[in-house]
Amino acid sequence: MCIMIPKIAQIPLVSSHPEVYDPCDDSFALVDALLADRANLLEHQPSICMEIGCGSGYVITSLALLLGGNSSAYYIATDINPHAVRVTQETIEAHGCHVELVITDIASGLEKRLNRLVDVLVVNPPYVPTPEEEVGCSGITSSWAGGVNGRDVIDRILPVADKILSDRGWLYLVTLSENNPLDICLQMRRKGYASRIILQRSTQEENLHIIKLWRDSETLLEENECMGLKKTNRVKNMNPIPFPQVSVWGCDSRNNR
Amino acid sequence: MRLLTHNMLSSNIKGVTNGFPLRMEVGKVVEKTVDFNADFLRNMFAKVEWNALVEGSKALGYFELPDNVESSMLESDEFLHKFHHALLELHLEQGALICPETGRRFPVSKGIPNMLLHEDEV
Repeated sequence: MCIMIPKIAQIPLVSSHPEVYDPCDDSFALVDALLADRANLLEHQPSICMEIGCGSGYVITSLALLLGGNSSAYYIATDINPHAVRVTQETIEAHGCHVELVITDIASGLEKRLNRLVDVLVVNPPYVPTPEEEVGCSGITSSWAGGVNGRDVIDRILPVADKILSDRGWLYLVTLSENNPLDICLQMRRKGYASRIILQRSTQEENLHIIKLWRDSETLLEENECMGLKKTNRVKNMNPIPFPQVSVWGCDSRNNR
Repeated sequence: MRLLTHNMLSSNIKGVTNGFPLRMEVGKVVEKTVDFNADFLRNMFAKVEWNALVEGSKALGYFELPDNVESSMLESDEFLHKFHHALLELHLEQGALICPETGRRFPVSKGIPNMLLHEDEV
């Protein structure tokens, strides 16, 4: 039996530069999570797909390839590191795809017009806990330096994601256990997002969690009711906000690639 | 940079209230053939600021887009092909985007706009 394996970016075709982060376990985990969710993504039929912090271009190229070509969606990617954007362009071209690129901080300059337009957003942020002063450094440092708990840049990205995601928008976010992924889910739940950890993988150095977040009207309703109850003090000993419905799908699709 | 991307960019300088659309300073324009997809175009039509697209296409030397549009035109193959060409096939390869309020220049090099700000602009 012949099983169709969806195409993703090929490592030999991924360009590189001394100041750009090469695809590594975290990038592979994110692409594996996208592959595992491919059937849903195809059904979702996103019309605008975006990556914040595209680095080598491995992830956005893989997303474009696994969604089966370019003509049905608009792909756009940003990075604060100009070298990374050039490398991404080379990676994309080597795979015969097209992705629009902007050198910018997160989505600065795009937020206004992309307001509520992005259907799929993928982010592999600088998540490594580092001294505060390393955050915002130029070059390759910008690809990992995440400040206290590795949350500095993540916490700047989340409100932007909330702004630009469409009503049916999905966010795929790479996190480490040190980033407290459940706190991220809880924080986004207050803005009406449901979430699920769709892939968890431990490497020698890191315990990676790929979170998928999406706007969910029921979650928003529950949160509003919850806040309403709090404000009117109708319940004296209110339980803490219920834990988000986070489930873990153990999967290791890399072996199947 | 496609005109679709130009249509999604605005000046991000602190304090600027009227940062859209960015004016274009044209150095080099390239045309790249893109597969035609009518559904995608109909989908994008609602998301695009039409006047900015018309002005942008004129700046890149394409004068075929009508100034006024209505959604019924999306049934016209001729219109869709013009829209397709302007939105996706015309690229600003070299040049700059100019903030309409401050005149600040954001360079576009090898088709990639650089929207990074100086410290005093954030």
